[in-house]
Amino acid sequence: MIELKNVALSYGHKQVLNDINLTLADTGLTSIIGPNGSGKSSCLGLMSRLQKASAGEVLLDNCPIQHIPANQLAKQLSILRQDNHTNARIQVKDLITFGRYPYHQGRPSEQDLKIVEQCIEYVDLRDVQDRFIDQLSGGQRQRVFIAMVLAQDTRTILLDEPLNNLDIKHSVSIMKQLRKTCDELNKQVVVVLHDINFAAHYSDTIIALKNGEVIANGSPAEIMQDSVLSHIYDMHITVTDIQGKPTCLFYS
Amino acid sequence: MTKMTLYWALAFVSLIITSLLVGTITLDSANFDWLLLSQTRIPRTIAIILSGMSLSVAGVIMQMLANNKFVEPTTTGTVEWAILGMLLLLIFYPQASLTVKLSVSVLFSIVGAVSFLLLIKKLHTRSVIMVPLVGIIYAGIIGAVVNFIAYQQDLMQFVWVWIQGDFSMILQGRYELLWIAGLLTFLAYFIADRFTLVGLGKNVATNLGLNYSYVFAIGITLVASIAGITVVIAGVLPFLGLIVPNIVSLYFGDNLRRSIPLIACLGAMLALVCDILARILVHPFEIPVGVIMGVVGSVVFLGLLLRQTCHD
Amino acid sequence: MTELTPVKLNLSPATRLTLLLVTVILVCALFLTWNVKASWAFTLEFRGQKLISMVLVGIFIAISTLLFQTISQNRILTPSIMGFDALYILIQSIMIVVVGASSYSILNEYTKWAIEISIMTGMMLLLSKFLFRDSAQSIQLLILSGVVLGICLSSINGLVFRMMDPSQSVVAQDAFFASFSSPPMALLQVSCLILLSCLVFLYRYHHQLDVLSLGEQTAHSLGINYSRLTQHVLILIAILVGMSTALVGPITFLGLLVVHLAYQLAGSYKHKILLPFAAILGVLVLVLGEFILQHVVAFNTRLSIVIECVGGVVFLALIIKQAKS
Repeated sequence: MIELKNVALSYGHKQVLNDINLTLADTGLTSIIGPNGSGKSSCLGLMSRLQKASAGEVLLDNCPIQHIPANQLAKQLSILRQDNHTNARIQVKDLITFGRYPYHQGRPSEQDLKIVEQCIEYVDLRDVQDRFIDQLSGGQRQRVFIAMVLAQDTRTILLDEPLNNLDIKHSVSIMKQLRKTCDELNKQVVVVLHDINFAAHYSDTIIALKNGEVIANGSPAEIMQDSVLSHIYDMHITVTDIQGKPTCLFYS
Repeated sequence: MTKMTLYWALAFVSLIITSLLVGTITLDSANFDWLLLSQTRIPRTIAIILSGMSLSVAGVIMQMLANNKFVEPTTTGTVEWAILGMLLLLIFYPQASLTVKLSVSVLFSIVGAVSFLLLIKKLHTRSVIMVPLVGIIYAGIIGAVVNFIAYQQDLMQFVWVWIQGDFSMILQGRYELLWIAGLLTFLAYFIADRFTLVGLGKNVATNLGLNYSYVFAIGITLVASIAGITVVIAGVLPFLGLIVPNIVSLYFGDNLRRSIPLIACLGAMLALVCDILARILVHPFEIPVGVIMGVVGSVVFLGLLLRQTCHD
Repeated sequence: MTELTPVKLNLSPATRLTLLLVTVILVCALFLTWNVKASWAFTLEFRGQKLISMVLVGIFIAISTLLFQTISQNRILTPSIMGFDALYILIQSIMIVVVGASSYSILNEYTKWAIEISIMTGMMLLLSKFLFRDSAQSIQLLILSGVVLGICLSSINGLVFRMMDPSQSVVAQDAFFASFSSPPMALLQVSCLILLSCLVFLYRYHHQLDVLSLGEQTAHSLGINYSRLTQHVLILIAILVGMSTALVGPITFLGLLVVHLAYQLAGSYKHKILLPFAAILGVLVLVLGEFILQHVVAFNTRLSIVIECVGGVVFLALIIKQAKS
């Protein structure tokens, strides 16, 4: 269970997050939405200890996150950031195998390799598994990194805009995969999403950030209301019911 | 794959044998001098292999630390700082023992490597080109400082001749500390995975449980130590750490557990080729191997850059 | 391109130029007459020769760098950063090896320079194909390639040097390690001739050069024969770089320093002002620098080393500034 208590984050004069208090559900899929610059990525960064809070505490299972030994934390929590540009020339399979690094420390076992193969299947990359990642398209590369995080097999998975660069088919497939992970394996997935409809369709909880503060926190039914969404995004948004799921329209 | 490996192994062995036989005095069945062989040729060949191997691996580690494939100790100021250290030592404490020289050289190399990596961190740049460009200019500035001090002390000629990569002075009993560089290379191989992860970026590495700062510090120490030791014993061997990892990466990628042995072998072989050329081009005189490497290395570097142009 | 912010003095460009000219004449006079220890006749001749070479080199380097930046529409490139002075030295070395030491020594000076300059011009024209691209990435790649090419050529030169036999290397030494104090008379004569032709050319074409700095498209639409003018200018640059390298060897960053100072201080974008300003500034930097090093500061050092150090820092700052924009 992730808790943020009175968390604030600032870079120099710029206040990115202001007095955040959150308790994220133990299992299930939580989406974080909000306009650009609202602090969503920073929020995830703090939760994963990649960034350090200027004030307040971040707790994982009631233990301050910076006190958890690095290797142990890597087996409990994994994060995929938005910006995964790397100049390294690594084979797809090797990169996903590195996802198992917290467990094998460089010497993967049979078990590790089996999990890697499974993850390659999940992201539909069987055909290119022996290629170098710099030979892949942006979308394929994104899927490799997602597979790597899935292979890490942690209880909590944090993903920062994982659907960037993905086409519709693969976006849906990834969201379905994440949903399945929550349902069947009892994991906790926290995703930052730009597409509100994906959030509504697949999450158990939606958290909305604006200007570095939490302005909404609830189930999709509660969040997917005209008034709430319009307030979050400062524009006119209409919510309709399509096939029993709330969907919003904002194109005009 | 095994056939290829066999050919390469044969090539390596022939290079070693050539290196043992060729020189001012060419050894053959009629003219076999055991003393020459044991006192100079064997140590020289071993020194070449150790230097070539360790500098190439130091290059690839630096590339992982800097997240850039066009950096290595001789093009980023690390070696220039080592030269500065040696120069200051020469001025203030000329009777220093070899151990003291090595320690000073390594310490100054660490300063050089750290200052360069800090400089490019401040740049916040993604560009594959900016980082090596800044490195070369930075190296030039430190080189100018070295020149300045050397000129003051009337040591100009001396410095640049003495620092030139040259294996002709290697003798039994004068090169053994190079084995430390060799050992450091093996150490790098054992913790290769950690460096590959560093090469994937701080976020990915930390996510997978790596103590990033710790591994980074070990990396810098390894690179600087290898650079410092080889500069003192063999002189500056330019571009080796840049071109060998890049060539290996083209075919085998950047998974260090797989590529470090290949990089080490290719580095040793390239060093042997350059040194053999250095001995035969103006036979019976010798050209310092650093000169040959400068030419070979810069031409290959240029080729790699042109290849980059085609990619854009 | 880096932003130009001329110094906010309320002086017209013409006034600034005049002030600069007066300053440089004063400094030259100072250089010639300060602290004369030996006989006046000897000192004046000795210092005079040195002064003439510094004047020539200052002008050549400043003008060649400025013209190069105009053509490439880039304020970081210079011919020396692209490795051209290293190229010049290499051509000389190869000629010595190919033609032989004795033949080289008795080779007609004009023939020698004609060969060297034509090869350099050829390389310049080849390079011009790569100069005219827009993206920042390819300019940076060009700079890096130029720097590495310079290193490559120097390395090859080092190798050729070591492969020469003793007679050849003696001739080569004389050719390379020219310093400000001992240029051969013939060289000075040729340099003055070149200076005159250069001045004539620039006087005729400075308006067109202004248009050139606006880019190829604009130049075409304003009726300038872009490729022909560019070729002529490149030939001129090759000659100037060759001459200054022949006089004092490679000084990589002098041109960059001087030209950037000129951009800041000249108060005008026009070549009519910039060219003379940069040229005189080049002379001023060299003469003043040499004067300070000799008489004012206690250090025993070569001006070239100081220029390399300062210039390197400026170059680094420029690259970083360009990357950030």
